[in-house]
Amino acid sequence: MDHNGNYKNEFGWFADKPKVPKKLFNFKAVFIGVVIFVVLVTSPLWKNLGQVIPGPDPQLNTAAIMKLPEKDRTCVESKEYMRANHMLLLGEWRDEVVRDANRDYVNSKGKKYLASLSNNCMECHSNKSQFCDQCHNYVAVVPNCWGCHWEKEKEKKQVAQSEAK
Amino acid sequence: MGINRREFLRLAGLSTLLGLGGKTAFELLAPGQLEAQQYVPEPGAFKAKRWAMVVDMRKLDEKTAHKCINACHLTHNVPDIANPVNPAAAVSPEEQVRFRIKWLWKEDFHNAFPGDEHDNLQEKLHHMKFLVLCNHCDNPPCVRVCPTKATFRRPDGMVMMDMHRCIGCRYCMAACPFGARSFNWRDPRPYIKEVNLNYPTREIGVVEKCTFCDERLSKGQMPACVEASGGALIFGDLGDPKSKVRDQLRTYFTLRRKAHLGTYPQVYYIV
Amino acid sequence: MLEQAFVGTRKYYGLLAGLGFLIALGALGYYQQLTTGLGITGMGRDVSWGFYIAQFTYLVGVAASAVMVVLPLYLHNYKAFARIAILGEFLAVAAVTMCLLFIVADLGRPDRLFNIIKYPTPGSVLFWDMVVLNGYLILNIVIGWNVLEAERNDTKYKPWVKYLIYVSIPWAVSIHTVTAFLYAGLPGRGFWLTAVMAPRFLASAFAAGPSLLILLCLLVRAFTKFDPGREQIQTLAKVVTYAILVNIFLFFCEIFTVFYSQIPEHMMHFKYLFVGLEGKGQLVPFMWFSMVGMIVAALAMVVPKVRENENTLAWACGLIILTTYIDKGLGLISAGFIPNPLEHITEYWPTGLEAMITLGIWATGFFILTVLYKIAVSIKEEVRA
Repeated sequence: MDHNGNYKNEFGWFADKPKVPKKLFNFKAVFIGVVIFVVLVTSPLWKNLGQVIPGPDPQLNTAAIMKLPEKDRTCVESKEYMRANHMLLLGEWRDEVVRDANRDYVNSKGKKYLASLSNNCMECHSNKSQFCDQCHNYVAVVPNCWGCHWEKEKEKKQVAQSEAK
Repeated sequence: MGINRREFLRLAGLSTLLGLGGKTAFELLAPGQLEAQQYVPEPGAFKAKRWAMVVDMRKLDEKTAHKCINACHLTHNVPDIANPVNPAAAVSPEEQVRFRIKWLWKEDFHNAFPGDEHDNLQEKLHHMKFLVLCNHCDNPPCVRVCPTKATFRRPDGMVMMDMHRCIGCRYCMAACPFGARSFNWRDPRPYIKEVNLNYPTREIGVVEKCTFCDERLSKGQMPACVEASGGALIFGDLGDPKSKVRDQLRTYFTLRRKAHLGTYPQVYYIV
Repeated sequence: MLEQAFVGTRKYYGLLAGLGFLIALGALGYYQQLTTGLGITGMGRDVSWGFYIAQFTYLVGVAASAVMVVLPLYLHNYKAFARIAILGEFLAVAAVTMCLLFIVADLGRPDRLFNIIKYPTPGSVLFWDMVVLNGYLILNIVIGWNVLEAERNDTKYKPWVKYLIYVSIPWAVSIHTVTAFLYAGLPGRGFWLTAVMAPRFLASAFAAGPSLLILLCLLVRAFTKFDPGREQIQTLAKVVTYAILVNIFLFFCEIFTVFYSQIPEHMMHFKYLFVGLEGKGQLVPFMWFSMVGMIVAALAMVVPKVRENENTLAWACGLIILTTYIDKGLGLISAGFIPNPLEHITEYWPTGLEAMITLGIWATGFFILTVLYKIAVSIKEEVRA
């Protein structure tokens, strides 16, 4: 059947009427359907209309970082690089550590670091709620690191709380 | 570097296959982006050609066995389903059996070595509790069946789990002839009373097992159970003729579990 | 052609609504499973595959059995089957869809499903099962649709469809063979470690699938103006007869090897199924019913009078579907795990939620089947009008 509703058999094309008598293109139904679809798809926009959502403003100066001398306050790579690629780098660390037993990372300047999220990154950036969550919440991504890796900040607080009791 | 290194090497390899030539491919894919990043093992890491363990049952009394199990399960945050942190999370005894996670555990002789028992066994065998764990087989069926390479064999013989990749199909559990694999039927965290913050837990829906303490070996430490065993567990490199495991295997008669299946288990038992 | 799915009687919509309700219930159950884990099922560390994988295994057989219609038609030019080939192909589409859904329902981490494609592992039978099942699904949709459309337009289908049909014949055999290989190559599972696993899978599939097709044909005749035809049903009945006899024969081959060799690792699973072990044997009555029922049905089918009377035929087919379902859907998977490799005995029975999710997936399959059969039957009615 071509787009005009014509049929073909071995003798050529025939402009037969389709054998289903029902009208398939019902303008009203299609119109209502399209409207519902558009409203549903754009609903997040409507919901947030007129609201100003403040951008993330994470406080990165944890005690662990402030303890370091000024010149050592650098991450494993440059700030720009980390902003753009931290998820790729972490994925790479994960594979190197788990699959190839390479637990140390030598950065582009030749300096060596322990390739570990919980036991290295989060030692300096010990404030997950600021360092990770602020931006992730803002852009609505949910990395699933924390189902397995400990949020030490939270755990230590809980331990302290239960001990206080 | 805007591209994952592994991915990059894979692409470079593929394009080399396509006849682009290694160097050209590098330049094509990532002009000027090659960096000096590298990954290396930690300096004091233990290395081996072939890791193996000998369990000396003459030295392993039940108390030592418990010590080993506790050391292992504490180090790796293995949940104890029968002992929830919060009593509200308690499960029925039947569920405790179903959900149990075991990395290192005890079995009677006829369960550890089915088919090798007979009516008139040496008296001591009736009371012995054998420590059993993943055998880190040389020809591991679990690795053969895994559809995602989430479980894989390292060149040093260790059969490893990549919990990041596991899809929870449990094919490996059907394939393992030693029952060494456990699945997370529910969230393990409410069942871990004492936590080791330096080692992750697992999530719902992945399979886990003993890893021969790869994280400790890479720091130059012996596996947790070996350290706690007071000499009853001997761990080392089969590739080194002077190693303690080789010495034990040379000196004593040893058993392996279900050796006839051809998986070549690398945990040996001296009875 | 799809428009035919949207015009129907009140009964048709009622059926879809009923199935839709069951699907919704299943989805609710699945949501519970997703959030709290597979612990809501009856599975555990010892019996780590259960109802889902069993349904999957059974339905792969139903899907593969479409070849019992396609093969005589296209390889032997048995024209009578042209009338019902589409029913077989669409049954395969619905069955394979259910298979895929059951696999997904069984995964601990369905969010990582695509790791199978991201890290393809040709050494794993599960990888190949994914390939053959998806391939078979696509083949049957494309073939069924094109042949039906050609029939509606009173033309011959395009030549390339013919090649796909030829491919689909060995492909159908492959889906059940690969599924059998999932189990038959595991060193520690004596119950499954048998070379007759794949042949037996095929035999029971070619009995159960065409039996279901016969019942569906009778339903189609009762509820629509399209008659799949007496000759067609009778030919299918002969296929069922031979297949179920072969299935029983292979079962006894297995029994001979296991019990004459007297190897405990192979015997203990059969003992669990048919007499129970250490006082545990909740499947014993089911298995006896299954084997006795299967033999009774097979003998009945051999008698021409029974086979030729469509009432008794329907009863025999129903019995074959039920008994092969118990054999494959209840016994085969769990008995492979009982006793476990350390010879501990932990029994398995599906939970209510597990059954609800299972029912939801069956309802999804029958929803798809209803819609596809509606399209096919409407077009058949239209062509014959």
